[in-house]
Amino acid sequence: MRSWFKKKTKIKYPKFWNTYKSYFEKEELNIPLKDVTFVVFDTETTGFNYANDRVLSIGAVKVIGNIIDVKTSFEVYLDQTAFNPETVEIHGIMKNTKFEKIQETKALREFLAYTKDAVIVAHHVYFDITMMNKVLERNGLPPLLNRTLDTGYLFKKTKAINTLLKNDRGYSLDDVCKELNIPIKDRHTAAGDAMLTAQAFLKILARLKFKPESTLKSLIRK
Amino acid sequence: MKNTIADRVYDFLKKYPPFDIIKKEDLITIAENVIIAYLEKGKVLFKNDDNRHEHFYIVKEGGVVLKKNELADAEIIDICDEGDVFGLRPLITNDSYMMTAIAEEEALVYGIPIEVFKPILAKEQNVGLFLIESFTSKTKNPFTKKYSDDLYQNTEALNVGEKDFQELQVIRYTKDPFCIDKDDLVIKAATRMSENKVGSLIVVDDDNLPIGILTDKDFRHKIVTGMFSTKVPVSQIMSFPVETFKKTLTVTEAQLAMVKNKTGHLVITEDGTDQTKAIGILTEHDVVISQGNSASGLMKAIRRSRSSKELRKIRQQITQLLKGYIFQNIPLTIITQIIHELNEALTIRVIEIALDRMPEKPPVQFAWLSLGSHGRKEQLLVTDQDNALVFEDVPEDKYEEVKKYFLILATKVNILLNKVGYEFCPADMMARNPKWCQSLTEWKTQFSHWIHHVDNEDILYSSIFFDFNRTYGNKEIVKELSDSIFSATEYNPLFFTLMGRSALQNPSPLGFFRQFLVEQDGEHKDMFDIKARALMPLIDGARILILSHKIKSVNNTAERYERLAELEPANKDFYLSCSYAVKALIKFRTKHGLLYHSTGRYIVLKELTKEERLKLKRCFKTISELQELIKIRFKVAQFL
Repeated sequence: MRSWFKKKTKIKYPKFWNTYKSYFEKEELNIPLKDVTFVVFDTETTGFNYANDRVLSIGAVKVIGNIIDVKTSFEVYLDQTAFNPETVEIHGIMKNTKFEKIQETKALREFLAYTKDAVIVAHHVYFDITMMNKVLERNGLPPLLNRTLDTGYLFKKTKAINTLLKNDRGYSLDDVCKELNIPIKDRHTAAGDAMLTAQAFLKILARLKFKPESTLKSLIRK
Repeated sequence: MKNTIADRVYDFLKKYPPFDIIKKEDLITIAENVIIAYLEKGKVLFKNDDNRHEHFYIVKEGGVVLKKNELADAEIIDICDEGDVFGLRPLITNDSYMMTAIAEEEALVYGIPIEVFKPILAKEQNVGLFLIESFTSKTKNPFTKKYSDDLYQNTEALNVGEKDFQELQVIRYTKDPFCIDKDDLVIKAATRMSENKVGSLIVVDDDNLPIGILTDKDFRHKIVTGMFSTKVPVSQIMSFPVETFKKTLTVTEAQLAMVKNKTGHLVITEDGTDQTKAIGILTEHDVVISQGNSASGLMKAIRRSRSSKELRKIRQQITQLLKGYIFQNIPLTIITQIIHELNEALTIRVIEIALDRMPEKPPVQFAWLSLGSHGRKEQLLVTDQDNALVFEDVPEDKYEEVKKYFLILATKVNILLNKVGYEFCPADMMARNPKWCQSLTEWKTQFSHWIHHVDNEDILYSSIFFDFNRTYGNKEIVKELSDSIFSATEYNPLFFTLMGRSALQNPSPLGFFRQFLVEQDGEHKDMFDIKARALMPLIDGARILILSHKIKSVNNTAERYERLAELEPANKDFYLSCSYAVKALIKFRTKHGLLYHSTGRYIVLKELTKEERLKLKRCFKTISELQELIKIRFKVAQFL
């Protein structure tokens, strides 16, 4: 038993991971909701296969107390040519893109430094988190440590789900935006979707009607 | 680095003033630093007395209502929707907020950081002007000078609408003017003037800089009268100081400068100041010949004209002149005065022509009264006729004959005016109508009836008559009539209450745009009736208030408010803002009318720019306050 633990701690992670990890040393669930930093993010990928597909771009915004500061938005495009198995068809944006592209490792490092211990929010968060964890895995790193929230799930909480209404189904980001009156722009760019998701998240939070003194705990429990 | 979110913010901002006129690179910097705030319905963004935020705001989606305070029944100052900026106070002063901003519905607002914005503001004065306009549209005091000083502490007067001046013709002046040294004797000056056949000389100092002007008039007044001998230096009899101008002086500017300085001669210098050499001289004569349709030129033409056909042409030229004035941003007070004088002269000429065509002279004294906007001296565009005739009392046996004479005369005048371009009044409120062509005693009885046995239509009639203006004829009759009207209104609170009620018929238009926006994709494609909704409440308000002070000599609405400001010092600012609103609205209507060749009364909302809407909104706020005041002061509430 002891030797198993020893073996685990022996693995030496790069400094950026340790810095990232250090943010999680004391977990605080009792911070008021208005003080919580949420990182609302989205990834664009070559497809939906966790094993073969790759992340092409990551977009994110920070939400603190109902405010999104444009300055703190995050947007990177990844250079995936080296990793691409021939079976994977790359989207047009990938080939002809004119923006600066960075290596996966660098993207990862920047994303972790950006996100720190924030609560990660995404629409159908499981997919994006898994894609990110695959990136981590390929770089010899453990999965993300952040708490996560799914706007798809939270959105359903705002509705009376009823078999008669036949509304117990999945809601795409388009569906959610439509129901919440969010004008759809830049759909299918990571930053654009992150922005839409952030707006949806804010509107959903308002609809969940938390008390002013509510803490992160009450949101996680939803 | 690509920044999709900042790009989107940029795309949004660039659609709305004042961001639409900010340079692209500056606007991108702004966009990158914007904060996006989500407000759920009822959420307070800032409160009255809150410390200033580091941002001012623009509504991205939804609506934000600005109120005096956060109480549910607090007075609404404005309702902002997509593209409206608000919370500007931190940009302009260091005070805390003077109003409360609440999300009227779920809203997304962009916060523009003051720190990033201020350097841009310093570069772009038009941006500042717009923001001041916007700021003051939400504050009580519409006089922006103070705030523009705060914004531009180190700059001189703001160049309002500079580009409009480009349309103006530059006046042609006489080059290489004749000059004379200040120490030369008068006799030498006289010789030089007659040798060169000129009416004036510019007097220059040792450095050849203009210090005065010598004209025929100076000789007439100062030499011929024996006040001075012909052996004194010209500096003793010259007119000074000299008014100097740049050679880019326009015709209108020249006219105004002459009127303002009561002089017929302007000196043109190299840089426009008296510290450079004179390069030309401009006389009244130059002004007259350089533009045939100048105000004074038109006035002369009116006096010389002999037919309605000629007058019709002149009337069209008056509209052209008006157009020039309006688009040059000449103060409306001056415009209305000039145009009124021309309208008045034109009407007088029409009456004179009609009198010439009568077989005999009028049997008794009479007066021609102009009513409505002409009577208030605020008619700019050609509107319907509104007029009446009053004649001296005559013995009963003569009455029929006299009345018949004046009806024939009035009919001629009405027809001539129609030919000139003034449409007949659809309600037949014109002197050719026997009801509007009466003897003095008949008129007095009529008024007494209107005032003491009021119904709604009577209020309408008598309202019109409080704004009458004697255009032609006997002064005494008119004075007697107006004295009798005013004494009848005294000690008659019911009359004032009813008049107050009629002044409140049109509800305040505040919030109108909001409503319009919400219902845009439906059947609601109404136009905005600027006359009924905005101007009439102000005109009616001025009338009842000035009557309650028993002032009868002031007819013009803006002047009435200015007088009220003197009479009630406690409400001075408010009345001045009313006067401002009247002028702004009249100008707005006139501009619109000129643009669409209409009376300007109905305004297509879609075609308004954001700035125009702001201007209107600012006036609306004043209107609703005015209506509150009337409601309370004349105890109208019980009738509403």
